[in-house]
Amino acid sequence: MRILMYGWEFPPHISGGLGVACFGMTQALAARGFETTFVLPKLKEGMTRESHVDLVGVSQFPVTSARPRSAREDLEMLKAKVTEIAKNVELKSVDSLLSPYLTEGSYMTELRKLQKIEGEDEQTAQDKEVSANAQGFQMEMSGDYGPNLMAEIARYAAVAGSIANTVPHDVIHSHDWLTVLAGIEAKRVSGKPLVVHAHALEFDRSGENVNQMVYDIERLGMQKADRVVAVSHYTKDIIVRRYGIDPEKVEVVHNAVIRDTYEVPVPDRNKKRDKVVLFLGRITYQKGPDYFVEAAAKVLRAREDVRFVMAGSGDMAPRVIERVAQLGIGRRFHFTGFLNGAAVEKMYLESDIYVMPSVSEPFGISPLEAMRYDVPVIISRQSGVSEILKHALKVDFWDIDELANKILALLDHSALRTEIVDKASKELEGIQWDNAARRLGEIYSAVATA
Amino acid sequence: MIYVTCYFQVHQPNRLRKYSFFDIGHSNFYEDEDKNAAVLRKVAKKCYLPANRLMLELIEKHKGRFRISYCLTGTVLEQMRKYSPETLESFKQLAQTGCVEFLAETYNHSLAFLFSKDEFQRQVRRHMEVIEQEFGQKPRTFRNTELIYNNEVASSVEEMGFSTLIAEGADRILGWRSPNFVYQPEPSAKLKLLLRNYRLSDDIAFRFSNRDWSEWPLTADKFAHWVQDLRGNGETVNLFMDYETFGEHQWEETGIFDFLRNLPERILALPDFGFGTPSEVSRSLAPVAKLDVPDYVSWADVERDLTAWKGNHMQEDALNGVYSLEKPVMETHDTELIEAWRALQTSDHFYYMCTKWFADGDVHRYFNPYDSPYDAYINYQNVLADFERSLKG
Repeated sequence: MRILMYGWEFPPHISGGLGVACFGMTQALAARGFETTFVLPKLKEGMTRESHVDLVGVSQFPVTSARPRSAREDLEMLKAKVTEIAKNVELKSVDSLLSPYLTEGSYMTELRKLQKIEGEDEQTAQDKEVSANAQGFQMEMSGDYGPNLMAEIARYAAVAGSIANTVPHDVIHSHDWLTVLAGIEAKRVSGKPLVVHAHALEFDRSGENVNQMVYDIERLGMQKADRVVAVSHYTKDIIVRRYGIDPEKVEVVHNAVIRDTYEVPVPDRNKKRDKVVLFLGRITYQKGPDYFVEAAAKVLRAREDVRFVMAGSGDMAPRVIERVAQLGIGRRFHFTGFLNGAAVEKMYLESDIYVMPSVSEPFGISPLEAMRYDVPVIISRQSGVSEILKHALKVDFWDIDELANKILALLDHSALRTEIVDKASKELEGIQWDNAARRLGEIYSAVATA
Repeated sequence: MIYVTCYFQVHQPNRLRKYSFFDIGHSNFYEDEDKNAAVLRKVAKKCYLPANRLMLELIEKHKGRFRISYCLTGTVLEQMRKYSPETLESFKQLAQTGCVEFLAETYNHSLAFLFSKDEFQRQVRRHMEVIEQEFGQKPRTFRNTELIYNNEVASSVEEMGFSTLIAEGADRILGWRSPNFVYQPEPSAKLKLLLRNYRLSDDIAFRFSNRDWSEWPLTADKFAHWVQDLRGNGETVNLFMDYETFGEHQWEETGIFDFLRNLPERILALPDFGFGTPSEVSRSLAPVAKLDVPDYVSWADVERDLTAWKGNHMQEDALNGVYSLEKPVMETHDTELIEAWRALQTSDHFYYMCTKWFADGDVHRYFNPYDSPYDAYINYQNVLADFERSLKG
């Protein structure tokens, strides 16, 4: 069976869990005999050679209009497109930042490069001003790329149709709202069934302050899809409750861990030193960094030989830093900024506990990463990964007393740590992408024969 | 005469309340009284009261020919006194019929035998006193917590003067032999051993309402036939199970009470069959062989060993922690402290920490008030830390 997949990122150029998930998924699908064509906004160096999929960059395809469009024009086109597809969907202002990825340093760098290639457009300065007004501080970190992201989505969707015309396929599979319009366009052109995969939703990213346009695109995609795949029951529940999608149409397929031959170094945690409790992720509302800080203060009141590390960057960083100062725990609470691959590994090796206090986490692959380094994990119950992990400690994200209680228990009782680490490493072996690929295969067959 | 020997275990754990690290040093109040009261009242309503009513009716109907036995832990007796005195009253009524034997065990339903023989004997004596006081009979038969048994248990129990001991009829200890005879523990001179017929017992306790079971629905008639088939290959059929089987594990709607109502009549209609209590059976039957059991057996899970309570690092750590306090606790001679310490020994606390969820998961989860064994351990250790603090006072 041939799958035409629309994605936004792919290793080695990734900024979040989406690219990693797409890689693991397509690899496992290939092993099961599926031929996947993976469409990306732009092909980058080092991508095509060793891959198990055919990678296609949108930028390889000719732009249809006579002259290069400005970001503002792209945006207008996008609005028109969405309106055209869903006449009943009202679109509101888009002059705000759209994706959590916008605050991610590496992604910004990629976009910056992209923009250099495409050349400055005359509207940028004006866009920047509007966005800055709308978003206040956040603007400073994300710069003037918000509107350009929307423009990219529009162009991506426009070209998606011609790709669908050229690449033979049986099923279309699109990942997250960024590629939803592309998926719909492809389905319009080829008439093949569409599977929309929800890795994260606007409700996860923004809580109650949803961006209406993103929400509309997400909902439209799930309405138009023949089948929706949610990365957890947690996410399925949001899809059903908040987007009004028929539960019968939504399948849960949990993410997994990529099996590679890389052997993680054996951590030496017997050295006499302070204990390290790690938060690693974007410092944004969704990840619950503020709960981590409050719990840290409680733990530090009980014992002093602990250090808390917050690795990552994000729009909430200033607020979090200020709170740490206000609590007077700065001497024991450290910020590393954004960490790259090698530094992430070093961080895991240095850590005694990993905490993921997410407010809303559709899946959350990072605890599985931490487990590879024999780090016991504490995860919020408001996460998809907590549905598949038994050998982890779980808390409600708002319950800072309980989070502190569990951090202290892990620090105080080596029996607890040993038990969890032993059992978790066995558990991790069972969390395989092949299970997800098998489920996806069933879903493809169901929609292809429907 | 071939005996059908019934013994029902009656126990409810003393569940701990949510006890955080930040409660340590601030509260000596450990138990979740609301939950313990609610569960006891619920089980009394669904099981203890209707089942006792039925048992009384059957005993009266069969004029002394229907005979049964119970073991009520000290923990559940305390809860009945506090939350459901009418339940305790109905057990006393049963005791007065003269057809009911009450067994002895460790008062706190503990694993004391594995850690301290002295503490074990103290808890058993305490339980015997309470049984005598409540039901007016001195226990002659002993059952250890969850039927944990080996040669050593037999020696200790014989030394305390019991005539009869109850254990699991595990394949591992019986080999080719049948559980339907009286045996004698290897080191014993007088003590007799009654072994649970786990197939027939579990047909009632576990499989009764299972519609996938080829024998479903199980009727008293059918069961009586199976019992009858043992003629010539046994002298006592030992049906040992949790009393909560009736109405709680097997709901009333499954027909479990009707089954129970009809069973005595069907058994008594069989020539040469009758009911007996454990000490009566051991008095009238001679042991057919000695049984050598060097390793521990129990009636728990598929392994029938100790791993449900003592199978991982957390359980070992928590058990070693609580039993390491024996000396300082006993030296205080402070009854309240000693009782609090013993309440922390109830085996359920450690059962909740069991991590072999994948094979035996269902049973463990059903009985577990915690979301995970890790939560159980953390909570217990916080409580124990506070207890230790108050001990140092």
